[in-house]
Amino acid sequence: MSVLYLVVPVALLLVGVALAAFAWAVRRGQFDDLTTPAMRALQDDSEQKPRPR
Amino acid sequence: MRTAEPLLAPPRVACAHCGLTVPEGLVEEDNPQQFCCSGCRAVWDLIHASGLERYYDLPERREAPVRPSGSAFSEFDHEAFQALYVTRGSGGLSQTELYLEGVHCASCVWLVERVPLAIPGVAFAELDVTRSLVRLGWDPARTTLAAIARYLDALGYRAHPHRGLRTEQLRRAEDRRMLVQIGVAGALAGNVMLVALALYAGWFSGMDAGTSRYFRWVSLALTAPSLLGPGRVFFRGAWVSLRARTLHMDVPVALALGAGFLRGAVNTLRDAGPVYFDGVAALVFLLLVGRFLQHRAQRAATSSAELLLSMAPSSARVREDAGAAPREVPTEAVLPGMLLEVRAGETVAADGVIEQGRTSLDLSLLSGESRPVEAGPGDRVYAATVNRTGTLLIRVDATGEASRLGRLLKEVEAGARRRAPMVKLADRLTAGFVGVVLLLAVLTWAYWTRVNPSHALDNAIALLIVTCPCALALATPLAITVAVGRAAKAGILIKSGEALEALARPGVMFLDKTGTVTEGRTVLAEWVGPEWIKPLVLALEAHSPHPLAAGFRDAWPAVPVPDASGVHSTGGGGVEGSVSGHRVALGSPAFVGARLDRVAPPLPTSGDLTPVWIMVDGRLAARAGFGDPVRAEAPSVLANLRARGMRLRLLSGDAPSVVAAVGARTGFGPADCRGGVSPEEKLAAVEAAVRHEPVVMVGDGVNDAAAIARATVGVALRGGAEASLAAADVYLEAGLAGLLPLVCGAERTLRVIRRNIAFSLLYNVAGATLAVTGIINPLIAAIMMPLSSLTVVLASWRSRTFEGGSA
Repeated sequence: MSVLYLVVPVALLLVGVALAAFAWAVRRGQFDDLTTPAMRALQDDSEQKPRPR
Repeated sequence: MRTAEPLLAPPRVACAHCGLTVPEGLVEEDNPQQFCCSGCRAVWDLIHASGLERYYDLPERREAPVRPSGSAFSEFDHEAFQALYVTRGSGGLSQTELYLEGVHCASCVWLVERVPLAIPGVAFAELDVTRSLVRLGWDPARTTLAAIARYLDALGYRAHPHRGLRTEQLRRAEDRRMLVQIGVAGALAGNVMLVALALYAGWFSGMDAGTSRYFRWVSLALTAPSLLGPGRVFFRGAWVSLRARTLHMDVPVALALGAGFLRGAVNTLRDAGPVYFDGVAALVFLLLVGRFLQHRAQRAATSSAELLLSMAPSSARVREDAGAAPREVPTEAVLPGMLLEVRAGETVAADGVIEQGRTSLDLSLLSGESRPVEAGPGDRVYAATVNRTGTLLIRVDATGEASRLGRLLKEVEAGARRRAPMVKLADRLTAGFVGVVLLLAVLTWAYWTRVNPSHALDNAIALLIVTCPCALALATPLAITVAVGRAAKAGILIKSGEALEALARPGVMFLDKTGTVTEGRTVLAEWVGPEWIKPLVLALEAHSPHPLAAGFRDAWPAVPVPDASGVHSTGGGGVEGSVSGHRVALGSPAFVGARLDRVAPPLPTSGDLTPVWIMVDGRLAARAGFGDPVRAEAPSVLANLRARGMRLRLLSGDAPSVVAAVGARTGFGPADCRGGVSPEEKLAAVEAAVRHEPVVMVGDGVNDAAAIARATVGVALRGGAEASLAAADVYLEAGLAGLLPLVCGAERTLRVIRRNIAFSLLYNVAGATLAVTGIINPLIAAIMMPLSSLTVVLASWRSRTFEGGSA
C-alpha cells in the first residue's frame, strides 16, 4: 500500500491545479452572467463582422 | 415580403424588420420592402449598410416596432457625466455600462453586440441580457459615448447611465469572492469524503494501522484549510452574535464545527477514537452554498429594482440667459444660479423660482397632492415635480442634497438607520436550541463518565455534531431563495428575505392614496349635462394647454370638434369664446359664475372632485367633475387583505375631503383615513405604530419614502418615485394588484420555513437520542447529516410559494 504515499499527494496537487483554474475563471468574470453566453452560442456566424461605415 | 391571406381580408403586408402587419396607409405599392414605421425602416437600412443582413436569418427576432427616442444624448459627453460613469481602461480605452430599455432575447444580443462595432473607435460591446446592461469600450479620440448611444437608440434600445455602477462593482467582487470560497470548500469536502470512504471501508474490512493513520492525517490536512479559509465566516458570525448578546444561527454551527474539528484533531494526534472531518468539511460546503443562493436571489431582486433608478432623467436643459439656445447637461452638473428650461411633460431637476412661463405642476410624487397646481413667474418649484403644460424657465437656487427632495432623502436614510433589525424565525428558535443542546451534551458526558469514561467525550461530541443545525441553517435560506426567485418571475421584487417573514404576520398596513389606491392621474369622473354641449366644450378646450382639457379629450374621443373663435383663456381660471353661434365659457365655478346672467344656485359636487362649470349663452348648462379614479382592483384587493386580518389605514398628503371620499369608496372607516399628512407626519405615524407591532407601508411617492424606509416592511409600487423605490424592501411591478399575491406568497413561504424547521428539529431529536444512548457511530452520523439537508432542500424546491413560477 506504500504507493498511496505517492498517489494521494499527486491527486491533491491536481486538486490544487483545478482550484487555481476555477479561481482564475471566476476572477475573470466568467461566472458573472450565465444567460447571455448561452444565447451567443446559438449565433454561429462569428465570421460576419460589420463593415465600418 | 407579402403573405397572402384567405379571401375577403386585404393581403397582409409584413414589416421587413419586425414582421408585424404594415398599416394600410403605409403600404408602398412597388417597394419590395415594406415597413410598419420609420423606426423599423431606419434599423433595416442600418443593418444592411453594416453588412449584417444575417440578422434576418436568426430564428428568434424581436417582434416590436422600433421607436427611437431621437434624443441627442449630448449629456453623455459632458465632463460631469464622464467623471461619474466612465472609467479609463487599458490602452487609452474608455469604458462604461449603460442600461438599455427593451432588451430581452437572443436577437437583441446579436444586434447590440455587433452594430456598434460599425462605428470606428468602438472596441467592444457586451450585453448582459438578464440585467439589460451593455458594457462598452471605445477610443475617446475616435468616437464619443453620445454617438454610440444614438446608434443604440436608432436600433430601438434607449440608453441610460447605470447609476449603481460603483456599488455593482463592489457586489460583483463580493460575489466572485464567495464563489471562489465555495469552490475551495467543495473541492476540500469532496476529497475529505473520498478519504473518509476509504476509512469506513477499512473499518469494516480491516486496514493496517499505518494506512489508517496516514488517511486520518490526510483528512486533517484537508479539513484544516477548509475551516480556516471558507469556514471562517461562521466563527466570525458567531463571535459578532455573542458580542451583541443575541443568538444567531452561526453560534450552534460554529460550536459543532469547532468541537468536531478539535476532537478530530486530538483523536488523530493520539491515534484513537473517531475523527469527524468528513462531516465538518461537508457542513462548511453545504452551508456556504445555502448562503450564496440566498444572497444571489436577493441580490438579483435588489439590482433589478436599482436598475429602474437608471431610468430617471439624466439630463437637464441649461440656458446662459433667457434668449440663448439651451444645451443639455447631466443633472449632476446643474448648479445654483443656472437658468433651466423645463418643457411640458418633463420633470423639474432642481429647486428654483419660475422666471418665465405659466404651467400647471403635478406635485403628486413629492407631496401626494392629486390636483394639479397652477404656477407662474415668481412661484417656487421643486425637484421631482412634473411640469404638465407650458415651458418654464427656472432660476435654480438649490440642487442635490440642498433641495427639498435631497432633504427628504436624508429623512429616508435616517428612517432606514432607525429601523430595528428583524429577528428571523430561525434565529428565534436558535436561542432555545443552543441551550438544550449544550445541556444535553453536558448530561451525556456526565452520564458516560460514570458508565464508560473512555467514551464520554466522544459521545458528547457526537451529540454536538449530529444535532448541528445543518438542516436548520439551510431551512430558511433555501425556502426564501426559492420564494424570492419565483416572486421575481411574477413581477414582485423582494430585496430582503426577512420582509417575507414580517409580511406573513397580520399587523397594520398603511397605504398611500395618490398613485397607490388611486391611479395617480386626473380624469373626467362626472358629467352632468346634455350631449350637445360636449362638442362645444371640446372646441374651446382644443385651444387650452390646461391638463383638464386633455381630460375632456381622453373622455370623449369620438365626439366631433367644431371650430371656435375669439377664444381667450385666463390663467388658471377658465376659457371663453364662441362656438357654432353660442357664447361658451368653462372653468372654475368662480370664473363661470361671474359670466352668468343670473346667480346660479350652489351645486353639490362630490368631495374629491375638482368642479368645472360650463356656461352656454349666459346660462349654466352643464358641470363636470375631475378626479383621480380609484384603481379598479383596489376594492377587492383591500377587502381580501382585511379578510386576512390586516388592519388597513389610508395616509395621504392630499386634501382631507378627497381622502375621506376615496376611503369611503374603498371600504375604509372614517377613523382610518387621514388626509393632509406631510411626509414628516407619515414618518411619525409609522414610527408610533412600529413600536407595538409589525407595520407595512405601501406607497409610491417621495413623500412616502421616509415612512417606507422606517416601516417593518416597505412596499413601493410601479411608476413611483425613485426615492420610495430605493427605500422599499419590496417592489411591485404589477402595482396594487401585486399586493395580495405578495401577502399570500409570504404566508406560504413562512409555512414552508416552519415545515423545514419542524423536520430538522425532529431529525435532531432522533439524532440526539442515538448520541446520548451511545448507539451512534461516526458512519451513521455521516450518513444522517447530508440526508436531513437533502430532505430540506427537496422540500423547499418543490414548495409552491408564489404563483406564476413553474414547478
